[in-house]
Amino acid sequence: MIKVENLKKHFGNNEVLKDISVSINPKEVVVVIGPSGSGKSTFLRCLNLLETVTGGHVYIGGVDLTDKKTNINKVRTEVGMVFQQFNLFPHKTVLQNIMLAPMTVKNVQQEKAKQKALELLRKVGLEDKAEVYPDSLSGGQKQRVAIARALAMEPKIMLFDEPTSALDPEMVGEVLEVMKQLAKEGMTMVVVTHEMGFAREVGDRVLFMDGGYIVEENVPKELFENPQQERTKSFLSKVL
Amino acid sequence: MDFRFDLIGEYMPYFIEGTFYTIGVSLIGILLGTILGLLIGLGKMMKNKVLAFPFNLHIAFYRGTPFFVQIYLIHFGLIPALIGTTNGLVAGIVALTLNASAYIAEIFRAGIQSIDKGQMEAARSLGMSHVQAMRHIILPQAFKRMVPPLGNEFIVLLKESSILALVAVPEIMYWSRAFQGQYYKVWEPYLTAAVIYFVLTMVLSFLLRRLEKRLATE
Ligand SMILES: Nc1ncnc2c1ncn2[C@@H]1O[C@H](COP(=O)(O)OP(=O)(O)OP(=O)(O)O)[C@@H](O)[C@H]1O
Ligand SMILES: [Mg+2]
Repeated sequence: MIKVENLKKHFGNNEVLKDISVSINPKEVVVVIGPSGSGKSTFLRCLNLLETVTGGHVYIGGVDLTDKKTNINKVRTEVGMVFQQFNLFPHKTVLQNIMLAPMTVKNVQQEKAKQKALELLRKVGLEDKAEVYPDSLSGGQKQRVAIARALAMEPKIMLFDEPTSALDPEMVGEVLEVMKQLAKEGMTMVVVTHEMGFAREVGDRVLFMDGGYIVEENVPKELFENPQQERTKSFLSKVL
Repeated sequence: MDFRFDLIGEYMPYFIEGTFYTIGVSLIGILLGTILGLLIGLGKMMKNKVLAFPFNLHIAFYRGTPFFVQIYLIHFGLIPALIGTTNGLVAGIVALTLNASAYIAEIFRAGIQSIDKGQMEAARSLGMSHVQAMRHIILPQAFKRMVPPLGNEFIVLLKESSILALVAVPEIMYWSRAFQGQYYKVWEPYLTAAVIYFVLTMVLSFLLRRLEKRLATE
């Protein structure tokens, strides 16, 4: 589903991703952990080309994103992304937030888009918020809308960049619940998070990143209970 | 010193005509200036520095030189070169438009750049093209933020338009000067002009504040 080969990324002289290779299978939930500045967000953003890649290849469903001929907008419709800061469109209602992309990008009929949006709002437990503006929502509700908005494009892959880091603690659960549900339904997911409980419970695999490399990867139980690398051990001792 | 209200009364039709000219040229200037300003603002934001250079030069020139100089260059230089004769009204409107466009280009750029870059990223991550994201996400939000500075620019332009008197556009100051020349009076014409400008700008600020409030609650 996702294949990353010798991915490199630098900002000016600062090499942020040094040599990343990894494959992610359909329906797999991969959790990315690591210290601040290790390149987790940059790695995730290379998977839908929000960052331009400076070396190596990224394949999504066999299509090479680093190939200049690739229609990146097309690929992005298949890769949903959820941001730490939600990034809802403040001038549009919740319903419009969700309907806009299907209508403009995929030319979905308004009625169909609306039905789909309402269905997704039900799924994330917010059907009563359809007509309000994002400003009046709590953080947890905003993030659930953001997830619904991404799902409206019917992506094959969902990327999450610290989706709960900007939330008050009491709202983390409701967002993780929606993500767990998605995982259960077989969505392919790449999740950057500090929620080790979620990683353990939902993750099929955990990648530990540090200094622009994937230092260690394993099934959650093994990685958390029996880390092989010194850097992994020292990181885990700080966060667990 | 006796203040001759009767002379003001006599000149009132001219002051009224002048007020319409002032409002008219300012309105045309702000409208054309907004359209041109948007284009120049977009030009300035091009990544290619060479292509962006003429737009930057335009903005720098009109912001960096007095309007008085600009209007003389346009009235005695540009317009005759283009249409073969001088025409104060055309020169005045062109000068106001070009001058406003430079300020509005900056207002436009600042408005766009004030939108959090997460908005563009979210739109692009959903598969929207750059143009679609601009049209549906960035510009609607930027326009809202541009309203207060655009309103200010209109007020500035309305006052600047008084200089059009010097190229014989029959606006408020043109008639004030005629008044002074005819009756050798100073206070009557210029205090009248001041009052008219003051009322115009007050009304504009009031309307602007109402519009801002409405946009804020929308
Ligand atoms: N647009 C950018 N321009 C320049 N440097 C950047 C840019 N984005 C990220 N970096 C740098 O790249 C490095 C990795 O950043 P990244 O955001 O990927 O880290 P992260 O692992 O997500 O950290 P965090 O846990 O704090 O989110 C950092 O040193 C950061 O300063
Ligand atoms: Mg990050």
